[in-house]
Amino acid sequence: MKFDRTCIAIVGLAVVLLIAGPLLPAWAVSLANVSLCLGTVVLGMMLLMRTGLVSFGHGLYYCLGAYAAGTLENLVKVSDIALMVLAGAAVTAVVSGLLGLLLSRYREIFFAMLSLAFSMILYGLLVKSAALGSTDGFNISAKTLAGFAVDGDSRRVVLYSIAVIVTLGSALLLHLYLSSHRGRLAGAIRDNELRVEYMGASVRATIHVNYVISAVLAGIGGALMAVNIGHIDPEMAYWPQSGEFVFVAILSGTGSVFAPLAGALVFETIRSFAYEYSPNTWQMVLGITMLLVILFLPGGLWSIFKRRKAG
Amino acid sequence: MAQLLAVVIDGLIYSSWLFIIAVGLTLIYGVMKILNIAHGSLYALGAFAAVSFTSAWFNAGLPAAGSFGMLALAAIVVGLIAGPVIERGLLQFQYGKDEVVLVLVTYALFLILEDLIKFIWGVDPLFVQGPMGETPYSMLGTISVGELTYPGYNLLLVAVAIATGLVLAWALSSTRSGKLLKAVIHDREMSAALGINVGMTYFVTFTVGATLAAIGGALTAPTVSVITGMGAEVIVLAFAVVVIGGLGSLGGAALGAVIVGLVRAAAVHYYPEAELFSIYFVMALVLILRPKGLFSGAEVRKI
Repeated sequence: MKFDRTCIAIVGLAVVLLIAGPLLPAWAVSLANVSLCLGTVVLGMMLLMRTGLVSFGHGLYYCLGAYAAGTLENLVKVSDIALMVLAGAAVTAVVSGLLGLLLSRYREIFFAMLSLAFSMILYGLLVKSAALGSTDGFNISAKTLAGFAVDGDSRRVVLYSIAVIVTLGSALLLHLYLSSHRGRLAGAIRDNELRVEYMGASVRATIHVNYVISAVLAGIGGALMAVNIGHIDPEMAYWPQSGEFVFVAILSGTGSVFAPLAGALVFETIRSFAYEYSPNTWQMVLGITMLLVILFLPGGLWSIFKRRKAG
Repeated sequence: MAQLLAVVIDGLIYSSWLFIIAVGLTLIYGVMKILNIAHGSLYALGAFAAVSFTSAWFNAGLPAAGSFGMLALAAIVVGLIAGPVIERGLLQFQYGKDEVVLVLVTYALFLILEDLIKFIWGVDPLFVQGPMGETPYSMLGTISVGELTYPGYNLLLVAVAIATGLVLAWALSSTRSGKLLKAVIHDREMSAALGINVGMTYFVTFTVGATLAAIGGALTAPTVSVITGMGAEVIVLAFAVVVIGGLGSLGGAALGAVIVGLVRAAAVHYYPEAELFSIYFVMALVLILRPKGLFSGAEVRKI
């Protein structure tokens, strides 16, 4: 674990984004904001994919993070953004810690199916819980940050700055983790679990740790998204939402912690333009893109960049 | 007591519907090892085609009873077009890849088909309905069981489910092609070496599976408003059914359908808040206790 070039690039990018925030037009800030929130979730998906696992139920943690933040405001009357995001992280850490005990025994489609079942359980609970707004969900106002009021014209930029710090901070920590001893085991587990066990490392423990990290990232992303959009509903746990995370992770590739962030930005940009110009064919565009990536770029969009650098 | 009877009857009707939808999914997985997310889209395609076919029939002023034939025809046309196109055009290049990659391929396909449906039929809800408001759903009258009254159409669902199950079980165990299919499931390479046309087996299996999904959709169309997104709702249910029973097992799909049907019916009658929750709770429970499903014991599978 050392502070390498990627770390410097992440910090540099964060500084540039923070300075650029107040200068960018409102639509660009909003777009960047949503992309950063999504990027945080996809960072977690990338970690799982490096470990050789695809979860079709990460909406569980995305939704859980958002509802933890929302419930904190709605029921406990705490409306501080920092506390709300922390609540999202804490709740997802506990839940994934428990579910991870089970899921770390599963691989391949059984892992995908069991995580799908868990996320659908949450969905089933939320759509029927009247106290939390059933299918409509509820609104979130998130008024303060560490005691200071966040409102008016500056709100957009403040939220954006929070997203930049949290997302790139997560990316930095994830990068450091990936270059640590345990982090490097992820790729080894994907390639050959048996050899990892022979070398004396615990596959289950590593998968468990990676699962919790990815869940917490999804929870943070969900809480951030909730604060940003100001509304949450059970659709966040519905399986197409989880599918979207898988999609962006496939699109991005697992080559670097920058890949999920870039992939999320590309995805949200396509989405906002497609909603504008062809709302009824954009999923088709996504589907075709995904097929092309799976068939011709198994390493994701990031591999184009990598290949050029190598050549 | 009356409520218990209602739970059982409701449950079995729902189970029949689930079985029709899930059996194609389990067939395709059993033979091709593809967990086909696009199965939900094929179901939706069947439903939308049923709307088009029946409305064409009604508009031509033909006798309303023929709309049943149109439902069947819609399903067969969808199955026979979509199945071969998808298998030959896309899936045949994917065999041998990792199961998870295959799931992702069918997920991409699902996204494409969802928008194809919007493209062809628009985004407004559609109904299978004649000019006088007659539907295949209402035409079969009602049946009384004690104090309970059920639409006769539900009986049709049960009949179709049982017939489908029996025909498939018979075809698998007693026909030449069924036995060849079992050989392919057991060992693909060896079967190919012995001269079985594995590609053809896959082609036929996928087409049959796609047709079964379309039949499920076409039979559902008269009972609901046909809307975009109905495939997404159904595919997770079908996953729950096949996972509970054991992926790739015909008996497992039947067992899974009965379990999910009864659990849901019980939830709806005794504690409606748990309707969705109960289904996926059972799915998670089965995956935790018997990851390969309840029917996995004597499964023929290579190590």
